[in-house]
Amino acid sequence: MAEVESDRGGCRMTTSFLLNGQSIEAEGHPMERLLDVVREQLGLTGTKEGCGEGECGACTVLLDGEPVLSCLVPLFQCEGRRVETVEALAGRPDGPLRETLERFVATGGVQCGACTPGIVVTLAALLERNATPSREEAREALAGNLCRCTGYEGILRALLPALGPEDSKA
Amino acid sequence: MNGIGDSPPRPDGFAKVSGAARYVDDVSLPGMWHGATLRSPHPHARIRSIHWDPAKAPDGAVCVTVADLPGPNGVQLIDDGWPILADGFTLHVAEPVALVAAPTRLAARQALAAITVDYEPLDPVLSLEQAESLSPLYQLGMDTGDVEAALARADAVIEGEYRTGHQEHIYIECNGMIAWYEDDGALTVLGSMQCPYYVHKALTHGLGLPDDKVRVRASTVGGGFGGKEDFPSAIALHAALLARACGRPVKVVYDRHEDIIGTSKRHPAVVRHRTGVTRDGRLLGLDIEILMDGGAYATLSSVVLSRALLHSFGPYRCADVRIRGRVLRTHTTPNSAFRGFGAPQVEFALERQMDRIARTLGLDPLEIRMRNAVEPGDRLPTGQVLDASTSARLCLEEAERRTGFRERWKELEEARARRSEGSDGEPLRGIGLSLYFHGAGFTGNGERKMKSPVTARILEDGRIEVLTAMTDMGQGCVAVFPQIAAAAAGILPEDVTFAEPDTAEVPDSGPTVASRTTMIVGGLIARAVAELRDRVVSGREGASVRDGWIEGPDGSRERFREAALRLRQENGPVEVTLRHEPPEWQTFDESTYSGAAYPTYAWGADVVEVEVDPDTLAVRPIQVTAVCEVGRAIHKTLCAGQIEGGTLQALGWALMEEVKMQDGRYLNDRLATYIIPTIRDSPRIDVHLLEQAWEGGPFGAKGGGELPMDGGAPAAAQAIENATGIAVTAIPATPERLLEWQRSNQTVGDAG
Repeated sequence: MAEVESDRGGCRMTTSFLLNGQSIEAEGHPMERLLDVVREQLGLTGTKEGCGEGECGACTVLLDGEPVLSCLVPLFQCEGRRVETVEALAGRPDGPLRETLERFVATGGVQCGACTPGIVVTLAALLERNATPSREEAREALAGNLCRCTGYEGILRALLPALGPEDSKA
Repeated sequence: MNGIGDSPPRPDGFAKVSGAARYVDDVSLPGMWHGATLRSPHPHARIRSIHWDPAKAPDGAVCVTVADLPGPNGVQLIDDGWPILADGFTLHVAEPVALVAAPTRLAARQALAAITVDYEPLDPVLSLEQAESLSPLYQLGMDTGDVEAALARADAVIEGEYRTGHQEHIYIECNGMIAWYEDDGALTVLGSMQCPYYVHKALTHGLGLPDDKVRVRASTVGGGFGGKEDFPSAIALHAALLARACGRPVKVVYDRHEDIIGTSKRHPAVVRHRTGVTRDGRLLGLDIEILMDGGAYATLSSVVLSRALLHSFGPYRCADVRIRGRVLRTHTTPNSAFRGFGAPQVEFALERQMDRIARTLGLDPLEIRMRNAVEPGDRLPTGQVLDASTSARLCLEEAERRTGFRERWKELEEARARRSEGSDGEPLRGIGLSLYFHGAGFTGNGERKMKSPVTARILEDGRIEVLTAMTDMGQGCVAVFPQIAAAAAGILPEDVTFAEPDTAEVPDSGPTVASRTTMIVGGLIARAVAELRDRVVSGREGASVRDGWIEGPDGSRERFREAALRLRQENGPVEVTLRHEPPEWQTFDESTYSGAAYPTYAWGADVVEVEVDPDTLAVRPIQVTAVCEVGRAIHKTLCAGQIEGGTLQALGWALMEEVKMQDGRYLNDRLATYIIPTIRDSPRIDVHLLEQAWEGGPFGAKGGGELPMDGGAPAAAQAIENATGIAVTAIPATPERLLEWQRSNQTVGDAG
């Protein structure tokens, strides 16, 4: 585990970054996991820990618009950068992902929901650079997000309206 | 329309996609400390002493060992033979030996270093082979007819031995609990669980508290699959013991590593078959021996074995059957509930045996199944006469119709036979078929003993509130229950609300397991809300309720909710509690294993297509067609979602998921090394629901959550054989295993 105690008298520093559009100063050990800063210090618990070692994707956040695994990002790397979590990307009913999210629920993309915030963040980045991904492009983009409930079919169905006709299921 | 079969958005959907849903690790209470668990490094050892040195621990940290337990050292499940904390001995690696709590998660981990345990390592038993000669944890048998006579008159007797491995649940949310005491000594536990009343029983038993001093609340559950059936009881006890020791709320949340080594898995199994058949492929006698690795403690193994026995003969006709089953004890983490609950192991074995029989007799996989599949009116070996919704043959026919399996299988068999030695590097194609069934609801007399209640009442705003103890671990009872309630009473989904699973509020409607939630509890909900509706409209001759309106024969209309509100205001609380009573014909004799083991069965046929790399023998599933009959689907999307997810879980178990151990220690205790299917590993999964309404279930529904776990593995194994000619007798069929079998010439040619 990369978890580092922040109140043990060790190295502490202030890291300034943009979190969901707001300027933040986070206090902590420079190697503290971004995941813990976001969840515990900033109270944004939408970002989940599934494995703590960058395998499951449940803790995905955007760093300067790119999906990263916040369990592997040390706090100091966020200095001066832009961090977005699921709360900002999907928390507003009128947000840009609204239609995708409604489809995501309607097509059975969500069961237990523990992987879902990470998948939503990954999809936000995918759709930002490619509004009409093919099935293969969607599978490539989601390769780092484990889901144990859906068999991934419901998740792909949520993207179907965005898929080209040659990719649609018969 | 009454909405049955529609797919409304699940009510928790937006909270889950937006990150607002609160799982246990998202909850933080004022003054809360964190717990950690000291675990045994040895598979088997005597504990000579445990020494806690507070001076070496962070300030204020507390430690709990077996010496501090206020009550019996047993996690109450079926019995209490599973210790809360190791006492004198440790029987598996990762067994909890001591607990600590400290102000932060890291401080708690640091506090573990202040405990010194003096172990004397003992010889462990680590494999089924080693355990086979020792006394079992549990054994069961069942005899119908005279199997020896049947084998003696058979045209052929075919033998086979099949093996299945561990499987780790890998719910994405690990196990976790928070416990706190109120000033009056009452205990509350909040956490991730399938069975609030199991946790409640374990807490009252282990802590010596009266029922009304223990409250158990389920948080949002991030996946279960059986893995949150029994271990939450132990973790709740640990959190409560720490809360008691430090006088603060304590959170115990496992990380992935700890969850893998410390909690249950699917039982590994060895199943041996001796089958007598006629020349034309009819089953005459089945002689079956089942060995399951129970791990160190029995937990739920006895009921897992029971279900295994009752599924080992499969969806086939056979009059003469002998089955012997044993759960053996090894020095490994207890194996316990996992989707399918013993059935996937034995159905894998039987389906592989059917394939072996077919090859021996020169039949194709579809033909051997069609000739033996049960039909309505047939008797299972238990004597149970199968009802009208017995769809084994329908599933096979529909699977054939959709995939053209028979032709494709033959083509690929011929292509394999033509293929010369060596490969051109092109992937090998294979196709496989399986037939499977799953008993819905508790085994035997389980439901009769439990008589689980559901309560419905009219709230002060005129809505109906339904109270059950069922948790939604993702399967979607939060959506299905309102559909059932609204349709049963003729009211609108918004006229009914559901209480959170909280033992202070809801009755003990049983555990969220065994594919019983929709069928049993959903059925109770339908009856309870219909009875409330009848009370609301009583005295109105000829009135009916539709779409939330009470309609009189004279054309008068009144909102149901307003009439309900008036009844509530005039009469005070209006409440109905109903208990599940199985029909009289559904009796099961546990001494002879005869009778109706389940009220009904769900049915399925899978066709799996794979590509196998001829050089590496890596197997890639390309396409699965799953034809399933689970009665009427209440919510089509969620019902199909259960089958899609369960099918992929079955393929993971069949092809890649492997718990590796050496000397009783885990070699792959993390997601970097315990591999489950990613989206890139996953085939297209086409689900076809054959909807046959079953008269015993709410609106014709049966249980379906576990069914899909039974069919994927044998179909994938057959597809690998079809592609490569390598006889697959064990799973996971990893490339390493396939290579070993190829080298030792374990091929279908000599399988007979």
